Amino acid sequence: MIGRRNLALTALSALMTIALPARAQAPSLADAAGSYSISSSSRIHFTVGQTGGGGGIAGNFAKFSGKFRIDGGNVAHSSVEFTLFPDSVRARERRIENFLRSSAVFDTANFRTVTFRSTSVTQTGPDRATVEGAMTARGKTRKERFAVTLTDWDRRSISFTIRGSIRRAPYGMDVGTPIYSNVVEFDMDIKGLRR
Amino acid sequence: MLRNGENGFGTITIVLHWTIALLILGLMLIGFVMRRIEIDPALQFSLYQWHKSLGFTALGLAALRAIWWLADRTPRPVPGLRPFENFAARETHGILIILGLITPLAGWAVASASTLNMPSFYFNIIVIPHLPLSQSESSEAFWAITHAFLAYVMLALVAIHAAAALYHHFVRGDEVLIRMLRSRLGSSDVGAVDGREADNAAAGRK
Repeated sequence: MIGRRNLALTALSALMTIALPARAQAPSLADAAGSYSISSSSRIHFTVGQTGGGGGIAGNFAKFSGKFRIDGGNVAHSSVEFTLFPDSVRARERRIENFLRSSAVFDTANFRTVTFRSTSVTQTGPDRATVEGAMTARGKTRKERFAVTLTDWDRRSISFTIRGSIRRAPYGMDVGTPIYSNVVEFDMDIKGLRR
Repeated sequence: MLRNGENGFGTITIVLHWTIALLILGLMLIGFVMRRIEIDPALQFSLYQWHKSLGFTALGLAALRAIWWLADRTPRPVPGLRPFENFAARETHGILIILGLITPLAGWAVASASTLNMPSFYFNIIVIPHLPLSQSESSEAFWAITHAFLAYVMLALVAIHAAAALYHHFVRGDEVLIRMLRSRLGSSDVGAVDGREADNAAAGRK
């Protein structure tokens, strides 16, 4: 913990001493302290591999909301809340979208949201962190983990790429296995707007 | 006896006939339920996979059946069959053997042409590659209609085929159905001349 705090402080002091040129350096989580709401311009992309290769199932979620707070003094105290509306799923074909919305997968008629609430944030590099939290889908809550990389920030906004591999079977969404992988790969570009 | 005789079917023909018959009727039932009835989407997905795996099995057996039909001899018609009946029976059997092959092939074409590009994972054991067809909505729709049409034609012919067999059994009281139910002992085929007597003897022993 001391190491991480030192790292954050070093980054912060480096920013203060070299002022303007600091923007040219790799972005640092600690410098981006503040509260943000997740912009609708963010991109929530997912893929599910299929047996024997091929494209598998890929898509995006168009509707979501969330907020997060980066604690500059201690990144570990940062937090995030995220809500996804699976009804907004977009895939290659309408029939895939309808299947994903159906009772076989998200069951959007009965479960309107998928939520994630962080329980711990661990900084793994100046611009990286692992976020652990409780994900709730189809009424089931499980601990999941995402890898977060800070890609850009300025005074008003901040951007991350977030990756995570979620097993779907524990949420009662095992339909299609083993033709389609049990693991859903999330690849998200999240943009936060300072509140 | 494994092979067909002069006056009766061998075990291979009989086993293939009934296995394929059972498979095809099951496939038609699954096909109808998964396409024409509003059911649970997860169950529907599962039925599609069963339909594909069983369909590939039916295709394999139908190919064996066709090869065996060409390679092995065809028993003589049951005595007392009118020429028209014999002709109709032969035509029906030939068409059924062809439909048994091309209907599952058309089903394979549906899976291959589908824009879903979903692998055919045979009983979750091995991936069967797609046929080299272009994947498009129109191509998929064409093959789906063709597959269904062939299946309905086959169903109609199966109904006629089964009705004819039952008619022969219950109304005419001849051997038509019986000889697809049990194989004769080899003695029936010792000679064509005294075949009838040997048949009776063989039938009596059972």
